[in-house]
Amino acid sequence: MLSKGLKRKREEEEEKESLAVDALWLDPGHAAVAQAPPAVASSSLFDLSVLKLHHSLQQSEPDLRHLVLVVNTLRRIQASMAPAAALPPVPSPPVESSMADNLLASSDAALSASMASLLEDLSHIEGLSQAPQPLADEGPPGRSIGGAAPSLGALDLLGPATGCLLDDGLEGLFEDIDTSMYDNELWAPASEGLKPGPEDGPGKEEAPELDEAELDYLMDVLVGTQALERPPGPGR
Amino acid sequence: MVLQPSERHYRDWNHRRLGPWCSPTGSPAPLSCETGCGEGSWILVCRLLVPTQVSLLSMEEDIDTRKINNSFLRDHSYATEADIISTVEFNHTGELLATGDKGGRVVIFQREQESKNQIHRRGEYNVYSTFQSHEPEFDYLKSLEIEEKINKIRWLPQQNAAYFLLSTNDKTVKLWKVSERDKRPEGYNLKDEEGRLRDPATITTLRVPVLRPMDLMVEATPRRVFANAHTYHINSISVNSDYETYMSADDLRINLWNFEITNQSFNIVDIKPANMEELTEVITAAEFHPHHCNTFVYSSSKGTIRLCDMRASALCDRHTKFFEEPEDPSNRSFFSEIISSISDVKFSHSGRYIMTRDYLTVKVWDLNMENRPIETYQVHDYLRSKLCSLYENDCIFDKFECVWNGSDSVIMTGSYNNFFRMFDRNTKRDVTLEASRENSKPRAILKPRKVCVGGKRRKDEISVDSLDFSKKILHTAWHPSENIIAVAATNNLYIFQDKVN
Repeated sequence: MLSKGLKRKREEEEEKESLAVDALWLDPGHAAVAQAPPAVASSSLFDLSVLKLHHSLQQSEPDLRHLVLVVNTLRRIQASMAPAAALPPVPSPPVESSMADNLLASSDAALSASMASLLEDLSHIEGLSQAPQPLADEGPPGRSIGGAAPSLGALDLLGPATGCLLDDGLEGLFEDIDTSMYDNELWAPASEGLKPGPEDGPGKEEAPELDEAELDYLMDVLVGTQALERPPGPGR
Repeated sequence: MVLQPSERHYRDWNHRRLGPWCSPTGSPAPLSCETGCGEGSWILVCRLLVPTQVSLLSMEEDIDTRKINNSFLRDHSYATEADIISTVEFNHTGELLATGDKGGRVVIFQREQESKNQIHRRGEYNVYSTFQSHEPEFDYLKSLEIEEKINKIRWLPQQNAAYFLLSTNDKTVKLWKVSERDKRPEGYNLKDEEGRLRDPATITTLRVPVLRPMDLMVEATPRRVFANAHTYHINSISVNSDYETYMSADDLRINLWNFEITNQSFNIVDIKPANMEELTEVITAAEFHPHHCNTFVYSSSKGTIRLCDMRASALCDRHTKFFEEPEDPSNRSFFSEIISSISDVKFSHSGRYIMTRDYLTVKVWDLNMENRPIETYQVHDYLRSKLCSLYENDCIFDKFECVWNGSDSVIMTGSYNNFFRMFDRNTKRDVTLEASRENSKPRAILKPRKVCVGGKRRKDEISVDSLDFSKKILHTAWHPSENIIAVAATNNLYIFQDKVN
């Protein structure tokens, strides 16, 4: 339920392998570059960057500097791999690792969208903690594509108090809350998922009106509004 | 606690000649006599190690500080990740040296007083105080752990008998007061010597309690906690020259605080885009000007420095000056941006220059010239051809700090393999030294280190491929007025001093 912040693990230095890659693409004037096709070297670097991005997004609280630098580097590589296209969809170079397969399968839009949606949600979190703000999460449609797997994983870790407030309905939001102190014999239990009513809540005679009033009240409580705009309901 | 025989003599081998500086021709040559560099050879004064047990020791017994220092060396095998030093800072007089570690502890060392009998002990530092500054916390809203690692310590100038410092982790800044107590009151009327209350009926006379000397006790108390102002991770704190305010900087925002007010702070820089999709740059370091309380600088992950004047507007989103060096087209690569990311920015003591550290270089900028630095020093240019492997193992993201000496004539920064580098701005000479336990043998003469790039490797050189990238010197400090430096290598703190005849 409650997750620990994942520490970024330092990857083992694979010197021999990487030295070859270094020579391949880094120095344009180097003899090795002339021998090897640049696309191959770029693609391995692309894979590496995508893996790093994936790993970074999986963190509960990604290191923003690391994330931004990796994303910018990825954009550079993408730009060099498909310079002709105006809006380059990610060209799929031969991929070795299966993990990269899933990520490369998605389009460029989805990749940036998944990162963007994560950053959006980070900002939504901030909005929740600072002031009442609209919590509707308007993630780009590309979010549901496979490339969103890492960001969704991160969203799960962020917990229920995120942009999915309105998506799942209120029931999911209150699963964890102990409602025993709010149980009131005046309440007619309409359904399992119905919510902790206010202590001096309105009467229950009229169910449809109660639902609306109850939801409004609960929304007010959630966003921390001090004054109840609605007076106690009928019967009190 | 039993001291092993070897530790009793650890102070005998304090004076390690690290060798003279090398002139560009390679032959050893003494530096010119100037206030910045002294005679040019560096001596290991002491190596201090901070095991986890030390705080328990100091509470249990009346131990003199020499014993505590000895136990530092013995407990090498107990060192844990929590003991990794994450920040080092001298205070304004150089009398105190503070370290913060990953476990949230602060350890303060005090310079040994000079005495005529023991001149050779000048420059040694002993433990003065140890306290737990930050504890691991949990953010319930986001279900995230908040690391207790101390990111930065900054001292306040001393204004009375007590010492004050700011320490910060990722989210919370704390103001600590460190004070001495060497007297205690005796002769209470209502309590006896053990502290038990007396029966008032037995009291027939009154007396005035007197202060009697007691063994020195150093207490650290948190005086202020500045919390809940940073959504992102704090990377810098800087005390203003007005001594009333300070700033804290995270990845996207900089806040201005008054020391007296903990529930409010002013946001003075905010680079968070309205749409986080557009985020391409973060703040990496920030510092106030040493004399002008309205001026500060902050650096970015794109290798730029912005100088801001708080008099211009409340929100300093528009800079007064913008420092950026154009990219060298011959060195362009996919990693150009990452290696240009500035990891540290420091004003010179004079306030005329700023120094920045990026992955491969240290640069000195004149505040009056924004289009390029006036000096660039290569720290470890041999890594330029290894950037891909360093990207792969994330070493390319390491954040090295840099420091000025007291007279702004020498700058110092760390590297890998426990190497650290010094650059003399006047003579243009540089030296590479090593802070390592293996090389700190009694009476051995250590030489300046050299990395061999290619071709034939000379006898004392180290090849690039043999460098240990897990041994990195990220944090160093230079005494404000003397040639004493503190170098943090993992959980070891090395104190070096130049040999003055």
